[in-house]
Amino acid sequence: MTKLSVNGKQYEIDADPDTPLLWVIRDDIGLTGTKFGCGVAQCGACTIHLGGEARRSCVTPMKAAVGKEITTIEGISPDSTHALQKAWVAIDVPQCGYCQSGQIMSAAILLKENKKPTDDDIDKAMSGVICRCGTYNRIRDAVKMAAINGTGGK
Amino acid sequence: MKSATHFSKRGTLKLAVVVASCLLFAGFAWSERREREDRVDGSSMTEETVASAPDPAKAKAAFNEAAKVFFSARCANCHPASDTPTQGDEMTPHTMGVTRGDEGKGVYGQRCTTCHQNENLAGEHMPPGTSKDWHMPPANQKMVFQGLTPRQLCTNFKDPSKNGGHKTLAAAMEHVQKRDPLVMWGWEPGNGRTLPPISFDAFSAKVQEWVDNGGACPD
Repeated sequence: MTKLSVNGKQYEIDADPDTPLLWVIRDDIGLTGTKFGCGVAQCGACTIHLGGEARRSCVTPMKAAVGKEITTIEGISPDSTHALQKAWVAIDVPQCGYCQSGQIMSAAILLKENKKPTDDDIDKAMSGVICRCGTYNRIRDAVKMAAINGTGGK
Repeated sequence: MKSATHFSKRGTLKLAVVVASCLLFAGFAWSERREREDRVDGSSMTEETVASAPDPAKAKAAFNEAAKVFFSARCANCHPASDTPTQGDEMTPHTMGVTRGDEGKGVYGQRCTTCHQNENLAGEHMPPGTSKDWHMPPANQKMVFQGLTPRQLCTNFKDPSKNGGHKTLAAAMEHVQKRDPLVMWGWEPGNGRTLPPISFDAFSAKVQEWVDNGGACPD
């Protein structure tokens, strides 16, 4: 059994230690906000936080998460009031929505480290998370709105 | 008078021997100085003390062999001319627009370790990894390999302002000679990646040969 801490809760997982964290989160724990996109760390849809840093959960083995806090889109705020989530709603960012949890998780790391990101900062931080609907302009606007409104300490 | 003349001739002979010896020594010293100048190439690096007489020709040849590894995709992909690493045997710009960052570890949600694990993953086109966190040289010591000639690369290795502040050749080559996991990964690069042109041991021997022979740079 492997002990994991996900969104502040403790879990004991009966799975191969090399199992990608994505499948542990989705199938074993049941948190399906994190999406499977490519499975080879090329699209960013599966982005979570591991020990406070962005990680592509589709290529991160479960054993790499032992002793570290895992945060998924469900745990980024207790009631969907993270400044990014509010900005996403206000600007109506998503189209199909499939990539958006990965977008928000990546943006959250950006705002944690840079309170006033420029367009260039946003590009450098977000260009690894692909949106096939092409919502990039709205994503950029929402990141800036969240930066102005604050991230609620997140 | 006769004996005086004889004495004078013997004295002249002795003087000639002494002068010839001095000239020979001076010539050797001049030649040695030229070799030393060749080795340091005008850089401020402290020269190695070598047990046997250094051979600049051997050093140059050894560096040219080692350079084939330095310039191979496995090494050079993380030593780009720009702030974006390259990838694959074709050395194309890394996807996702990843950038170096101050510490050579990427930026924000696009750090190297966002995707690169502490081991290679099974299958082709998966992010490579090794026991040491994946990274590239930091912004203040970019250690560029790509786009250089062997001579330029060699000169940079000997320049403390470009080699990480190392003042001796041996220290500059520590990353290689101490079998750094990131270096050793080049010979265990995971599925679908070619190996450098020679083995690590052969590469390491060439680097050592270059150091032992005074570190002369190829012409």
